[in-house]
Amino acid sequence: MSEEVEKKYTLYICTGCEIGKSLDIERLKEVADEEFSVPAKTHEFLCSAEGVELIKNDIENEGVNTVIIAACSPRVNFDTFNFPNVIVERINLREHVVWSHKPNDEDTQMLAEDYIRMGIVKAQKTEFPEPYKEEVVKSVLVVGGGVTGLTAALEAAKAGYDVYLVEKEAELGGWVRKFPWLTPDKPPFRDLRKPDIDEKIKQVMEHKRIKVYTSSYVEQISGQPGLFDVVISKNGTKEEIKIGSIVVAAGWEPYDATKLEHLGYGKYPDVITNVQMEEMAANGKIIVPSTGKEAKKVVFIQCAGQRDPEHLPYCSGICCMVSLKQALYVRESNPDAQAFIIYKDIRTPGEYENFYKRVQEDPGIFLTKGEIKGISKSKGGILVEVSDTLLGEDIEIEADLVVLAVGMVPRLYEYQKRYEQARELEGEGQQQQTTVASDKLWEALEGYQGILNLQYRQGPDLPPLKYGFADSNFICFPYESGRTAIYAAGPIRQPMGVVESENDATGAALKAVQALELISIGSATFPRVGDLSYPEFFLQRCTQCKRCTEECPFGAIDEDEKGTPLPNPTRCRRCGVCMGACPERIISFKNYSVDMIGSMIKSIYVPEDEEEGLRFLAFVCENDAYPAFDMAALNRLEWHPNVRIIPLRCLGSFNVVWIADALSRGIDGAILIGCKYGEDYQCHFLRGSELANRRMENVKETLERLALEPERVKVIQLPISDYDKIPEIIQEFVEEVEEVGPNPYKGF
Amino acid sequence: MRDSIPSGALSGNILVIGGGMAGLSAALEASEAGYDVYLIEKNPYLGGRVAQMYQYFPKLCPPYCGLEIIFRRIRTNPKIKYLTMSEVVDVSGEPGAFDVDVRINPRYVDLEKCTACGECVKVCPVDRENDFNYGMDKTKAIYLPHDLAFPMKYVIDDSVCKKLECAKCVEACSYDAIDLNMKPKTIRIKAESIVIATGWKPYDATKLDDLGFGKYPNVITNVMMERLAAFNGPTKGRILRPSDGKEPKTVAFVQCAGSRDENHLPYCSAVCCLASMKQATYLREQIPDSKVYIFYIDIRTPGGKFEDFYTKVSQDENIVFVKGKVAKVEEGEDGNLIVVAENALTGEKTRTEVEMVVLATGMQPELSDVKLPIKELKLDEYDFATFDTPGIYAAGVARGPADVASVVEQGTAAALKGIQTAKR
Repeated sequence: MSEEVEKKYTLYICTGCEIGKSLDIERLKEVADEEFSVPAKTHEFLCSAEGVELIKNDIENEGVNTVIIAACSPRVNFDTFNFPNVIVERINLREHVVWSHKPNDEDTQMLAEDYIRMGIVKAQKTEFPEPYKEEVVKSVLVVGGGVTGLTAALEAAKAGYDVYLVEKEAELGGWVRKFPWLTPDKPPFRDLRKPDIDEKIKQVMEHKRIKVYTSSYVEQISGQPGLFDVVISKNGTKEEIKIGSIVVAAGWEPYDATKLEHLGYGKYPDVITNVQMEEMAANGKIIVPSTGKEAKKVVFIQCAGQRDPEHLPYCSGICCMVSLKQALYVRESNPDAQAFIIYKDIRTPGEYENFYKRVQEDPGIFLTKGEIKGISKSKGGILVEVSDTLLGEDIEIEADLVVLAVGMVPRLYEYQKRYEQARELEGEGQQQQTTVASDKLWEALEGYQGILNLQYRQGPDLPPLKYGFADSNFICFPYESGRTAIYAAGPIRQPMGVVESENDATGAALKAVQALELISIGSATFPRVGDLSYPEFFLQRCTQCKRCTEECPFGAIDEDEKGTPLPNPTRCRRCGVCMGACPERIISFKNYSVDMIGSMIKSIYVPEDEEEGLRFLAFVCENDAYPAFDMAALNRLEWHPNVRIIPLRCLGSFNVVWIADALSRGIDGAILIGCKYGEDYQCHFLRGSELANRRMENVKETLERLALEPERVKVIQLPISDYDKIPEIIQEFVEEVEEVGPNPYKGF
Repeated sequence: MRDSIPSGALSGNILVIGGGMAGLSAALEASEAGYDVYLIEKNPYLGGRVAQMYQYFPKLCPPYCGLEIIFRRIRTNPKIKYLTMSEVVDVSGEPGAFDVDVRINPRYVDLEKCTACGECVKVCPVDRENDFNYGMDKTKAIYLPHDLAFPMKYVIDDSVCKKLECAKCVEACSYDAIDLNMKPKTIRIKAESIVIATGWKPYDATKLDDLGFGKYPNVITNVMMERLAAFNGPTKGRILRPSDGKEPKTVAFVQCAGSRDENHLPYCSAVCCLASMKQATYLREQIPDSKVYIFYIDIRTPGGKFEDFYTKVSQDENIVFVKGKVAKVEEGEDGNLIVVAENALTGEKTRTEVEMVVLATGMQPELSDVKLPIKELKLDEYDFATFDTPGIYAAGVARGPADVASVVEQGTAAALKGIQTAKR
C-alpha cells in the first residue's frame, strides 16, 4: 500500500475469552468512534472462520485497508489475522487486560480504553514497508583453506552458489594435511582413519563454481552484504571481486610452547609438542630428537599450558583424543615402546569414549590422572615427576621423549588483545561491557594485520568474544556473529576437531547462502527474518553527533568525513538501536518510529485528579518481556492496572524523548523491562538493553536538574521465564513512584 | 504457519522428523533460505526436551527465550508447515522424490477453534500424570502442555479421558472446539529430502539397581531437577525433596549414572557434567546454606565457556567435587541417603549422608524405541543414526550425544544438505 492511498480503518473487538464479560464493550466502541472516528464492530469469536470472514468482507467490499483487532495477544492467531496488503494492528485485550486484571472494574476499563487509543494511534502512524532491494551478488567468500574452509566452499557450491576461496599458504589443506592419521569419526569409534583431505582439495579444485586463491589474503572488504567489494592480494597483484556473504574459517595456531619452559620445552630437545609429534609420525618413525634413535618410553603431558590461568585458561577439547591417537603412533612405530599419558581429566565425550577404551586395552599404554611436579634431565633421558596420581603415590617416569599437548589459539587472538588495549584507552567509567569506542579501537589497531579488513567504522574483523574466539554469545543461535552475513566456522569460533569443524562449516555455509536469499528479497536476517522495514535517515536535520554510528550493535552505519551517517541497510538487523540513539529523532522505520511511540504516549488519558490514580508506562522488549507478561496472564497473575505496556523491538530502540513526552503528558513514571545485559547478555541485539540502561542513567541526571525525582524511571532486567515476578516488580515500581508523589506537571 | 490438519496434495522440499532444537533449526534454516519444509512432531507441542529445561549451561539463561524467537519465526514464515501429534508411518521413493506417510493422532481439540481460554479444564473430572513434569504432579485429562506451548492449544490425553461417557468439556467449550470422536488420519507428503532429528530420552533410572531410584523417593534424576527449579514445574520453582517437601540442605550428584557403563550406556552422554554443575548453582542460589557433592569419573567441560563455567562453579567451597564412582546409594534416617563411593585419589571408601541424591542419567536416542520406517537408515550399536545416506540426514542427538549449541549447528548443517538434494 503506497502512502497516497487513504487509510480506511475499522476496529474489531472480540468479546470471547472473557473479554465481553469483563469490560464495557460499548464504551470501548465509543472511544474509537468519538475520539478517532474509527468505526467499531464486535464479534463473540473473532478468530473463528465466521469472524475472519467478517473482516475479509470489509476489506473486499468496504475498502477497509487498516484493520485494528482488539482481542488476544499478537503472539497467537498471527496468521488467522494476517491479510495481504492490509495493515493489521493488534490490541492485546485478553492477556494484558482481562486475564490479568479485575473484571468489570473501572481501572480495568480505563486500561482497556487506553489500549484502544494507543492501538488506533499506532495504526495511524504505520505505513506499509517498501523493502530495500538491490541486485544481490549471490556468491560466497570463504577465508581460509583448511578443512573448515574447504568444507564450507564445497557445501555452498553443491547448493548452487559461486564461491571464492582465499588461502594464505601456497597449498590448501591447513593443519589436517600435516596429520598422517585422524581419530575415528564413525562407529565403532575405535580405529584411526586416513584424512580424506586430499580428496576434498581435489573436489574443490575441480568444482566449476569454486575459484581458489592460494598464497593470497583479503586486503580489503567494503560495502555491505549482498554487495561486498573485495580486494584480494596475491603475490603483490590485486584482484577485485564482488561477493554477497562471507564464511570466516581462518583457523588456529598451536599455543606458543616456548612459554612452557617449566615443562622443559626449549630447554630439552626431547620435549616436543603434539604438533611436532604429528610431523614426526608423518615421516614414519617416532624418534628421540637428540639421539635420532627410536623412542621407547614416551610421556604425554595433557593440558600443557591449558586449563591454566597463566597460559590458556580454557580446554581445547581435542588434545585428549590427539594424545590417545599419538600413543598409538608410539606403539605402532615400535611395539616394545611404552606410552604414558598424564592427564587432569580424560575428555572423550559421546561415542569417542569407545576410542578411549580401545587405547586403555593396549598393554603398552598407561594412563593416570596427575599433576606434573617437575621435569628435569636425568642420565637416561628426561625425568617426569608426577603427584596426585590414581596410584595413590607420587611417581617418577624416566622418558626418552616428552610430548606436550598444547592447545589451540584462534587466529583472532591478536584482535582480541587489541580490543582489550582499546578498552584500557577508554579509561575508567567509560567502559562498556560488550564493545569499545571505535576511535579507541582504531588507535589500538595500529599495525594490525586483519583477516577480513572490513571497511567498517566499528573495526576490521568479527568482534571476538573471550580468548579471541569469534563465537556467538547465544546457546540457541550459535551462528550469531555480530556482523550480518559474515559467519565464523571451525576453530576460530571454538576449539574443535575435524568432524565438528566440517559440520560447523556446513552450517555456516547454510547461513551464508540463506543471507543472500533473504537480502535479495529485502528481508532482515536473524532474528527478524521476514521484516521488510529498514531505518530511513532524514539527514537534513542530522547534527553529526555520531551516536547512531557508534551504538549500532552490528556496525551497520559508517560515516563520511564530516560525521554524517552512511547507513548500509543490508548490514542492518532492524532492531532500532539507531532510532533510540538519535537525539534529533531523524531515524524512522515505515512501521516503527519515535513519533509513533510518542503519539501513543500522548493518546493515553491521564486524569488531572490524582485521586483517580497515577499513570505509568512500561516499555517492554517484545522478544522476552512481552511474552513474559502474556504468560503471567495465562497463569492469571494480576498486576497493577494503571500501567500501560508499550512493546519495543528491542529496549535499545528506546528514545529518551519518550520520557519527556510522558512527563509532559502528566504520566507519573516509566519502567523499562528488557533482557539481561553485560557479561552473558541475553539481549538478542547484543547491546540493546545495555544501551537503554545507559541512556536512562543520563535521563535520571536530567530529571534531577529539572527538580524531578529519578525514582520516576527504572530499568529492570527480566528473563522470559521469570514471569511469576512481574506483579511484584510492577507493584514495587508503582509504590516507589507513589512515594515521591504525583508528577508536578500533571494538568499543565 | 498455523498447525492445522491439511488435506489435498502436499509437498515440500524437505521433511524434518522431530520438532526439538535440531529439527526446529533444520526446518527454520532451510525455510528461511527459501525452501518449503514440513516439520513432523509427535508431541502436542514443538520445542522438544529443551522446553522442559529451566536454564541452559553455561549461561544460565532460560530456554524459553530462544524458543520464543524460534516460534515467532515459524508463525511469520509461510514456507514452514508443522504437524504436531504426528508420526511418520511409511517412507517410500528415493532421494529427490520421497513419499512420506504421516499419521496425525487425534488431539480431540480442533486447532482452528481452540482459543486456549481454559474453560474446559475447570470442568474436567479426570487427572493424569503430568509427563511434562516427569510425573511429579498432575494435570486434567484436557490440558495445555506448558506455558509457552506452541501451538497454544489444549489437548486431551486419550489414555485417561472418559470421552463420550463424560463429555463435560464439550459442553463447557463455547467455541465448539472439542471433538471426542476425532480419529487418526494418515496423510501423504512428497519430499525431496528427509532430516531425522528424533532426539533423545533420559535413560531409565529404574534400571540402575544400586542407585535407589524408584526405591527411595529422595533419589531423583537430573531431568526432574530441571522441573523442580522451574516456576512452571510441580513445586512452582522451589527445590524441595519429594518425601517431605523440605528444602534439601545436602545434595549429592551421581555422575555417569548409567553412562560410561558397559551394563547400561557404554558411551559418555557429553552434557551431564555441565548439567550437574548448572543444577548445583540452582541449589546454591535457592538454598544458600546448602552443600553439594559431585561424584565424578572425569569432569568433561571442553572448550572456553564450559571450562570457565567449571572454574567458576569449583570456586564455590560448598560445591565439593569428589573423583570417584558411586557404588551404591543406601537408605539413611528421615528420608536421607548414604552415598557409598570410592575416592579414586585416596583409595578410601566413603559414606556420605545427604538429604537428596540427583542421578546424572544419560541420553539415550529415541531411535532405540521409535523404529523409523526408513530402510536406508542405519543405526550403530547404541541406536544412534549413522549419517552417510544421500537424501537422508540425521541431526542432533539422533546422531550422538551433544549439547544444545552443537545440536543447532547440526540442524543448520542438515538444512544445507537437504537443500542440496532438493536442488538437484
